[in-house]
Amino acid sequence: MNWLVNNWPTVWQALWSHLLLAVPAIALSFVLSVPLGWVAYRYRWSRFVLVTGSSLIYALPSLPLLVVLPAILGTSVRSSLNVVVALTAYGIALMVRSTADALAAINTDTVTSATALGYSPIKKLFAVELPLAGPGLLAGIRVVAVSTVALVTVSAVLGIPSLGTLFTDGFQRGIIAEIITGIVGTALLAVLVDRVLVAIGWLLLPWARGRS
Amino acid sequence: MAADISAAKAQHAPHAPSVRFEHLTKTYPGGSRRPATIAVEDVTLSIPAGSLTVLVGSSGSGKTTLLRTVNRMVTPTSGRVLIDDNDIAGLDAVKLRRTIGYVMQESGLLPHRKAIDNIATVPRLNGVKKAPAHERAYELMDLVGLDHQLAARYPAELSGGQQQRVGVARALAASPRLLLMDEPFGAVDPIVRADLQREVRRLQYQLGITILFVTHDIAEALTLGDKIVVLAQKGRIAQEGTGAELLTHPADDFVANFLGLDAGRGLHLMNSDGVQLVMDADERPIGRLSGPGR
Repeated sequence: MNWLVNNWPTVWQALWSHLLLAVPAIALSFVLSVPLGWVAYRYRWSRFVLVTGSSLIYALPSLPLLVVLPAILGTSVRSSLNVVVALTAYGIALMVRSTADALAAINTDTVTSATALGYSPIKKLFAVELPLAGPGLLAGIRVVAVSTVALVTVSAVLGIPSLGTLFTDGFQRGIIAEIITGIVGTALLAVLVDRVLVAIGWLLLPWARGRS
Repeated sequence: MAADISAAKAQHAPHAPSVRFEHLTKTYPGGSRRPATIAVEDVTLSIPAGSLTVLVGSSGSGKTTLLRTVNRMVTPTSGRVLIDDNDIAGLDAVKLRRTIGYVMQESGLLPHRKAIDNIATVPRLNGVKKAPAHERAYELMDLVGLDHQLAARYPAELSGGQQQRVGVARALAASPRLLLMDEPFGAVDPIVRADLQREVRRLQYQLGITILFVTHDIAEALTLGDKIVVLAQKGRIAQEGTGAELLTHPADDFVANFLGLDAGRGLHLMNSDGVQLVMDADERPIGRLSGPGR
């Protein structure tokens, strides 16, 4: 506890850096996966390529990916952009499937009736299909969020600061309290981000309250 | 009341359209795993303007397919559909659908929209501002007998009967002259169904619109239809006419069977202490003949 009290600014700094890596990656995963998931849902032939293909990204080991990305992106090894790109890729791996499944799970009668009412295809997508897929999308992005917050720690090995830096530093210097702070902090942050997403869902999906 | 209704009818007076199917065929191409299927084959049929016409048939009769060609939810493989002599193939499908009311089983309400917003859907799609669209929606709630307190509820918070009323109100919101109903009351209990059927008759009379109604239930067809079209398989028309005509002269065994003339609807009279009782085929009394001499 003493260590924590004495090093509070360091921990706070690590937490903040951690969030700055995780939140853009979570947001980008969502924004990029929804169109890809929609294509997979809408055009059957593309489903295998998109869903299976994106899932395979998850099989890439993270450390080598973080080492290779700078060469591809032309960034420096310590650029936080590499981390955001890598985490977004992992997020997409999970979220494309969630999106396709969430859209496929919508009651087809509801979509039929929307068509019969005179929704144009575009309007139907944004006003009916995506909102109705909301609970499924939320479930998907919660998994992505927790996984992303955990994965950010890997970047510490490359010297990009995050809560993960507290383990690497703690290991090197033999400070148990620092290691524990890193682990507990990461877990708490994951829970916090998850709660925030649940709250956003509660606000945006009033009709689905109390169902899940 | 009668004066009110005829005034309302006169007010809405723009005419109700007729619908005509001409040599309509719809086939679904087969895939690698299933053979091609013929949903309806060479159907020619007229729906008179201002009528409540019921298409009745069992599954496989193509009744829903026929209904859905009218608002271009289904595109015919050959043949055409005319609304008031206009071939609808030349019309914009999305705009056409907004002029035709549509009610389906389980209501098809949008689960993420409150009752009032469900009812206001088509006016909103047509660009009507929210306030006047809601005002119109409240009028429709009155028309179909829904308490205004239900306006803020989501469909899941309504009973089956209330959901169907919302569905009917929604279909009528843009004042369509043609209403398509696809087994709308199949999933509600018998008492509520009877209530909703009366409501449909009343609305059709009050608004003076054309209604094309699909059901597999012959009792419902007899209750509602000015004109009943009995469909055999693939849209083959076994017989069309009024309920009385069908019961008087069923065209063949299929129709007689469908009407239940050999079973439940084969009624006879029995004199009991000078009262004429109406008995069904199982000798169960189902009513008594009214009139003088009771």
